[in-house]
Amino acid sequence: MKITFPRMGTSYIAIADLFRGLGNEVISPPPITKRTLDLGTRYSPEFACLPFKILMGTYLEGIARGADTIVSSGGVGPCRAGFYMEMHRRILWDLGYEVQTITLEPPKGHLSDLVQQLRRLIHVPLSQVWDAVRFAWKKLELLDIIEERAYYLRPRELVRGSTTRAFRKCLSIVRGAKDPEELAEAKSQVEEILASVPINPEAVPLKVGLVGEIYVVLEPFANGEVAETLGELGVEVHRSIYLTKWTRENAFLDFFRIPADRDAKRLARPYLDEMIGGHGIINVGETVIYSRNGFDGVIHLAPFTCIPEIVAKGILTKVSADLEFPVMTLYLDEHTGKEGVRTRLEAFVDLIGKKREKEQGVAW
Amino acid sequence: MNVFLGIDLGSVSTNLVLLDEEAELIDSIYLRTGGRPIQAIQEGLRVLGGRHRGRLQVLGAGTTGSGRRLAALVVGADVVKNEITAHAVASLKEVPGVRTILEIGGQDSKIIILQDGVVVDFAMNTVCAAGTGSFLDHQAARMNIPIEEFGERALQSKSPTRIAGRCSVFAESDMIHKQQMGHKVEDIIAGLCEALVRNYLNNVAKGKDIRPPVVFQGGVAANAGIRVAFEKALGVPVIVPRRFDVMGAIGAALLAQETVADGRPSQFKGFDVAVRDYVTNSFVCQDCPNHCEVVQVIEEGEVVGRWGDRCGKWSASVTAPTPKVHYYVEGAS
Repeated sequence: MKITFPRMGTSYIAIADLFRGLGNEVISPPPITKRTLDLGTRYSPEFACLPFKILMGTYLEGIARGADTIVSSGGVGPCRAGFYMEMHRRILWDLGYEVQTITLEPPKGHLSDLVQQLRRLIHVPLSQVWDAVRFAWKKLELLDIIEERAYYLRPRELVRGSTTRAFRKCLSIVRGAKDPEELAEAKSQVEEILASVPINPEAVPLKVGLVGEIYVVLEPFANGEVAETLGELGVEVHRSIYLTKWTRENAFLDFFRIPADRDAKRLARPYLDEMIGGHGIINVGETVIYSRNGFDGVIHLAPFTCIPEIVAKGILTKVSADLEFPVMTLYLDEHTGKEGVRTRLEAFVDLIGKKREKEQGVAW
Repeated sequence: MNVFLGIDLGSVSTNLVLLDEEAELIDSIYLRTGGRPIQAIQEGLRVLGGRHRGRLQVLGAGTTGSGRRLAALVVGADVVKNEITAHAVASLKEVPGVRTILEIGGQDSKIIILQDGVVVDFAMNTVCAAGTGSFLDHQAARMNIPIEEFGERALQSKSPTRIAGRCSVFAESDMIHKQQMGHKVEDIIAGLCEALVRNYLNNVAKGKDIRPPVVFQGGVAANAGIRVAFEKALGVPVIVPRRFDVMGAIGAALLAQETVADGRPSQFKGFDVAVRDYVTNSFVCQDCPNHCEVVQVIEEGEVVGRWGDRCGKWSASVTAPTPKVHYYVEGAS
């Protein structure tokens, strides 16, 4: 059994370790490129969403490298993603690739749930399972911290691009860590690298929250590198979704402690009291939270044709008007050009910058 | 004379303007980009430079439009701005209390909502270019009517034909069908204008709070048929500014003036950019599986700019002076 799985942001680094630690041979999903997307688009229904198409391409590239089993997650609520693994499997079988598929629900509750779902993947004694899970989890946490840290550094960096270079270096160090000792060593190296990025500590950047469908929020290729672009435009980005967020009682950046999902649901209630699938409700609630926490605006990332996000977008228009809080939705699909995203982001940054200038009389 | 140069390098047209220190328009030029952006800029500079030979001192230069980064690199700009902000800045100058800007250009259309002189909301067309200049050009050519007369012909119509305007391809089929049914050309053109306005309001302007004063600018604002169709649909007067066709460039020049207001010297390379030799080429970087397509601009045999690489290796290898593209926060104040 050779396993491949979706690539979503930096998480693949830890997930590969997890499956390896459970005794599987792993074909790590290759970086998503234009070729991945072309391949995926060719074999996907036209009105499937962007995540479906990218995953299709990722699976085909994984199969070309020898994978015979695909592990993927299910969806949450009335969202088509719950149906995707089966759709992908049928398309792959039609193409003559008779791969096995294992569908896991995203780890939303306790770790034990995840372990239970992973049973088909476990080929080592139980004592080793715990070690493997813990190691992968620690790695995932470190990866999230690095990303969060990069969001903080980028708008403050003195040399444009230095954060992104440091970030990539950190990823390759973490990727190389094979056991808990090496991971601890990697952690201190990473902290050193990030601390050495020259910044202006007195800068007061604009702050923007990213909300939206999980895949396009977490995978930079899917969103035209929105976080990096905003960072280099001088904006501190904060993301509402981190895979490990609920375990981190003490966030690396304490003032950025992440509000719990139930707060988001409560705050969304005046606008939306219905499960609409995907991250619909959460996005509405998170937007309210961002506006209360002194952010300058929110970027809402939505795959084109995604029903939960279309509903959320309609409601966000109202939230934005009520709270006088700028929200911009970016619809993403295979026709989305990075330049188009950039133009809109630049205009959005001008908008929120002028707003802050007017409200606070601060030149920035 | 001291002037500020604004360049709007768009997909269809390239516009250059010169403003004096009182922000009055000294001269402007509107060219077709024709798929050769650098040549269009050079041609513009050659003409402007020739008209005012030796009498101009450029204190600042700004660029906007989809080719703004390329334009900035070629001329040496002090500021590079997105089209939304550039259009808003120019419009505010022309119609100080403007609340809504409808802008339709060659291939894109936008709506900008302002409040107390500040942009509060905007949208650009995403999946559809129906109703933009290129489509109107194409239809005018197909019907054998000079594009300049298109709007006037629309105004002659007494009862516009209903045209399906959701998609440009279907709009065209529907127009052909209506022609074959014997509808008058004027009525079809007027119907097309109304269909495009409907399409714009339903797609680009959906969910936006449109309030007067409404300003209509961009190349398509030359078309009186579209303007009247907007007035009919919105029920308010629609103002077309005098220099509706070069508003983006005017905005870029105004922003250049603002940028150099602190007394910094301009990075403008001078009008002789027009005679320099520029070559652009691209290559696919094979160093990682991303296979980025890297574009490079070569000025007189020397690489002056590179972009397209995700890792920044190539773009960082060229140290061109960077114009102000984003706000860098200098510190808490």
